[in-house]
Amino acid sequence: MQSIIGQNAAPLAFPDLRNLGTIVRVVLGANLLFAVGALVRASQWRDWLEVWMDAVAVAELHLLIELTLLVALAPWLGRVSYRTGVGAVLALTVGVGLLTDLLLGRVAPLPPGSLPQYLAFGLVVAGTLLFYLHLRAKALSPSIIESRLQALQARIRPHFLFNSINAVLSLIRADPRRAETALEDMADLFRVLMSDNRNLVPLADEVELCRQYLALERLRLGDRLRLEWHLNSMPGDALVPPLVLQPLLENAVYHGIEPLTAPGVISINIFSKDGQVHAILRNPYRADGGRHHAGNKMALANIRERLALHFDVEAALESRVKGDTYEVHIRMPYRAAARDAAAEGEANAGPDRDRPPPSSTLGHRPKATHG
Amino acid sequence: MADAPLRILIVDDEAPARNRLRQLLDDCGEVLPLAIVGEAASGREALELLHAVAADLVLTDIHMPDMDGLELARHMLKLADPPVVIFTTAYQQHALAAFEVSALDYLVKPVRLPRLLTALQKVPKLKPLSTAQLDELPANARRFLSVTERARVVLVPIEDVVYLKAELKYITIRTVEREYLLEESLTRLEEEFGPRFVRVHRNCLVARDFIRGFERRVGDEGDAHWEVLLRDVPESLPVSRRQQSVVREIGRVA
Repeated sequence: MQSIIGQNAAPLAFPDLRNLGTIVRVVLGANLLFAVGALVRASQWRDWLEVWMDAVAVAELHLLIELTLLVALAPWLGRVSYRTGVGAVLALTVGVGLLTDLLLGRVAPLPPGSLPQYLAFGLVVAGTLLFYLHLRAKALSPSIIESRLQALQARIRPHFLFNSINAVLSLIRADPRRAETALEDMADLFRVLMSDNRNLVPLADEVELCRQYLALERLRLGDRLRLEWHLNSMPGDALVPPLVLQPLLENAVYHGIEPLTAPGVISINIFSKDGQVHAILRNPYRADGGRHHAGNKMALANIRERLALHFDVEAALESRVKGDTYEVHIRMPYRAAARDAAAEGEANAGPDRDRPPPSSTLGHRPKATHG
Repeated sequence: MADAPLRILIVDDEAPARNRLRQLLDDCGEVLPLAIVGEAASGREALELLHAVAADLVLTDIHMPDMDGLELARHMLKLADPPVVIFTTAYQQHALAAFEVSALDYLVKPVRLPRLLTALQKVPKLKPLSTAQLDELPANARRFLSVTERARVVLVPIEDVVYLKAELKYITIRTVEREYLLEESLTRLEEEFGPRFVRVHRNCLVARDFIRGFERRVGDEGDAHWEVLLRDVPESLPVSRRQQSVVREIGRVA
């Protein structure tokens, strides 16, 4: 499914204007350019402020209207080619420039005959900002590739793989059907781990992956691993970085369940609130767990970095110890999968795949094979 | 010895792993006379079982909660007739190099039948591990101290220890309930358990958690020294002049 979404990714992606970080950069950048423009036009230092203020009165409204329109158009801009996107932005700049002049003609008129000059300046500002965002995206894309590599490196502890294979071996003679399901889960898990993990995936897919992973852990650990799912208000279509939850669950098992002889509970609580997706994972915590926590820190740093690359300042990951519970809280913007991608997912997944189970389901329901 | 079946105890915290070994041992049983005398899910359980049944060989996983395989191997040495130990592990990493150095046998999971069979065939010629061999391994600190009492290995959880005091050949382990005699070196224990204990005297390590405070005592000849006051036990212990810095470090009233 990821490879299908992968094909949609154009080599040149238009900057996501719904992102708070991008908006802040555009507003600050535009104002900086207004200031520089005013500096060029002012003949003397003391005129500067006045010229700037005159320009800002018009330009700020212009910027506001244009940004609002761009944010509204963002889904469309994300779909069309980069060239079309740039064309649209430049056209919009001229259009909104004329509109602003019309609106403000009475209150703060531009000096007579300076409209073409103003529009040209607007185009320069828009072009400069587009160029800057383009350079920035280019500068970050190696990081995104690298983060994908890190995602691969941070994957699955080898002991999980070998212990799981050993567990499957133990089933082959006595319970071949369970062995089959386990191998299928393992295949799905490794397919994701080995695939191109640069692009965002629907949350429902990531949760399904977690479910398969935990089914394998349950095979190994039996009743020692108890699961509580709270997914009733999970937005399955939210786009998230791949492997954003699975490594955390792996940590939860490794640090929270394996060091205990008594059964322990891992709870997974995912919901959306105020346009954000929250994922809260909890596992038992022991101060003297005896296991060094370097691996845990590495996974957290890795996920934090990938969240920042994809969502900038709009996502966060926090971890804390509350008594004898360890909790990781991830917050991401709720960005729904584009309809075609979602439909693709639906077609591949079958009807019940996107539907999380009701709360507090223990164990694993056998998964329909697909492919 | 040649014809008596090899008595084997399986120790692993994962049930499927125990089942798998059982299957493989059953297969080996066609070639080599053997008997599986029991299964345990932790080192502690294994030790308990070994008081009831005798085993020639213990096949134990290294990584287990509660008491891992390496610690089990140490405690088993205190049994009257210690079994041979072969470790099993899913990890193949640098830690295993130490096993090679100490000539300890280990099996990597998933275990192959021929490899298991070769290992089993060598068992009658093997001696139990020595403490020296085990000391070579990069082990975690033990969770328990073990002492032999009436042919049983008694485990003392390390968090129950109030202080360890060297006296003549032995070390006295003091818990809130009672005392035990241990045959180990105080320096080694200090190295192994690090910050859990603090040395207050050449012959004495006190658990930080049990330190209630310090008190200045003046002796008959007017020479003053510090004394450690302990939680839950009535006695106090003298702090030697050389270790006086701990008084300041921990504070007079902890």
